[in-house]
Amino acid sequence: MEEGSQADRAYARVARVWQCPDAIFASGFILRRHARIGIPACPEIFAAGFFVMNNGTLIKIESVSKQYGAPRDGVLALREVSLDVRAGEFISLIGPSGCGKSTLLKMIGDLLAPSAGQITIDGHTPTEARRARKCGIVFQAPTLMEWRTITRNIALPLEIIGAPRAARDQRATELLDLIRLRDFAARYPRELSVGMQQQVAIARALAYRPTILLMDEPFGALDEMTRDRLGQELLTLWQRARVTIVFVTHSVAEAVLLSDRVAVFTPRPGHIGRVIEIDLPRPRSAETRNLARFVELVRAIRATLRELGAK
Amino acid sequence: MNQSLTTRRASNWIGEFDLQRWILKHIQYILIPIALTLFLIAWQTVVTLNRYPVYILPTPGNVAESWIASWQRGILPRHLGITLFEIALGFGIAFAFASTLGYVLAKSPLIEKIVSPYLVAAQAVPLVAIGPLIIIWIDTGIAQNALIAALIIFFPMLINTIVGVRSVREEYRALMRSYNASAWQVFTILEMPAALAVFFGCIRVGITLSVIGVIVVELMWADRGLGFLLNFATKSFDTPLVFATVITLSALALGLYIGVAIFERRIIRWRR
Repeated sequence: MEEGSQADRAYARVARVWQCPDAIFASGFILRRHARIGIPACPEIFAAGFFVMNNGTLIKIESVSKQYGAPRDGVLALREVSLDVRAGEFISLIGPSGCGKSTLLKMIGDLLAPSAGQITIDGHTPTEARRARKCGIVFQAPTLMEWRTITRNIALPLEIIGAPRAARDQRATELLDLIRLRDFAARYPRELSVGMQQQVAIARALAYRPTILLMDEPFGALDEMTRDRLGQELLTLWQRARVTIVFVTHSVAEAVLLSDRVAVFTPRPGHIGRVIEIDLPRPRSAETRNLARFVELVRAIRATLRELGAK
Repeated sequence: MNQSLTTRRASNWIGEFDLQRWILKHIQYILIPIALTLFLIAWQTVVTLNRYPVYILPTPGNVAESWIASWQRGILPRHLGITLFEIALGFGIAFAFASTLGYVLAKSPLIEKIVSPYLVAAQAVPLVAIGPLIIIWIDTGIAQNALIAALIIFFPMLINTIVGVRSVREEYRALMRSYNASAWQVFTILEMPAALAVFFGCIRVGITLSVIGVIVVELMWADRGLGFLLNFATKSFDTPLVFATVITLSALALGLYIGVAIFERRIIRWRR
């Protein structure tokens, strides 16, 4: 089990290198650091370590604004938002409805273009990052294709890349094991509950091992019990797949339970009022909710939301 | 006592034939032959009691005799084949044009804005009335009838293609964009299967519509096909043949409808 997950991680790193050639140039630097920590010599893994090692900024958002419609009578959704997302972190964006947090997420994923300011992902523009398939996206609705079986839904991104069938099937099976839905491989989405469908959507987003997972209120439409369970599953996945997660949510408790940091937005035009570090120990579970620190943080974020809303 | 009850129920679950349940489940199909028999008996009785001459109202026996005779002489199969061919051809033409144009219109709001007034206006023209014009311009024949059938189903097919392609939600497009999918991939992986579900609905209606279209045209101007046969039989007072042709026609329409439905079920498996 442990070995399997290590191999998994190594593979993920190698795949990332393929998508980011400039990591290879940095490998000399990494080689030395890895030698110190004692990681076996494999150039690809060294190079891939770049992302894990430097633990620096992965996504840099610099005074980004978004205007919908004409400058005069349009809606200003975001006003000069700046945020640095660290490599490997789990960051939540929280704020009242219509504050533009989903808009920001879409701009990172290159589904929308900013009106002003710029976003860089690992030194690249969002368009380049999208072309290099660095981002996996999960929406609030599962958005599965109902005419495809679960396996073929998960393998869809790989099919688009043009991966051979055997590789596609293998990866799909791996992911199905990861979300523990292997029994449903040949089923159609209609035959699964919404919670299961959302898990499949998450697995699909992970199919080509993206560096970043963008999640737009992924558990918003689920009941509380499913929500809690999927949250836990997501944390396990995050730890195993070593992705950076940008997570949009309405739920303060969910944000605190899952994230490393929580960015709190003001009402429209959205602006990041404060970024709060969540210094709860990991691994986190349902028990974490009972910690005094958890309650404190939830209270602090609620207070911040109120304060920002009042302004 | 209690135990025997449970075992009995269990045996039913395992597969003992439960006649009552089976009949209830298939009630609509079981009643069809019964209703048909009653209808034929009533028909026969009315003719026998009133002593109608054959050319006014033949008995079911007369009709069956006529049907078998004309089938054996090859008259029915020949005209049936021609009509079927016309429908298929018309359907193919309509499908090719409607799906292409529909896709373009669905993708480009500008083109739709420009073209749609003409399309709506064209829809207001009674298409059967265009028949004579087509015959004046390009003579009678199989292709002409097919063309009219095509015109009749073109519009519903077009609308359904547009609705089908537009039914793809924005999130799916965003998803495909995030995978960096090409336009062709978006079409084959997303738009075509999504449109297919809507499209089949219109094909089922369209196929029966096209039967009507072809028959009307044949009735008026053609020199072959089931419509022509109907016309010919009426004019020569061969009422049994009229009945036989009408029965063949209904069977044709029904057969096409069932064929499309089966095809649909095969392709849209995920709906079950």
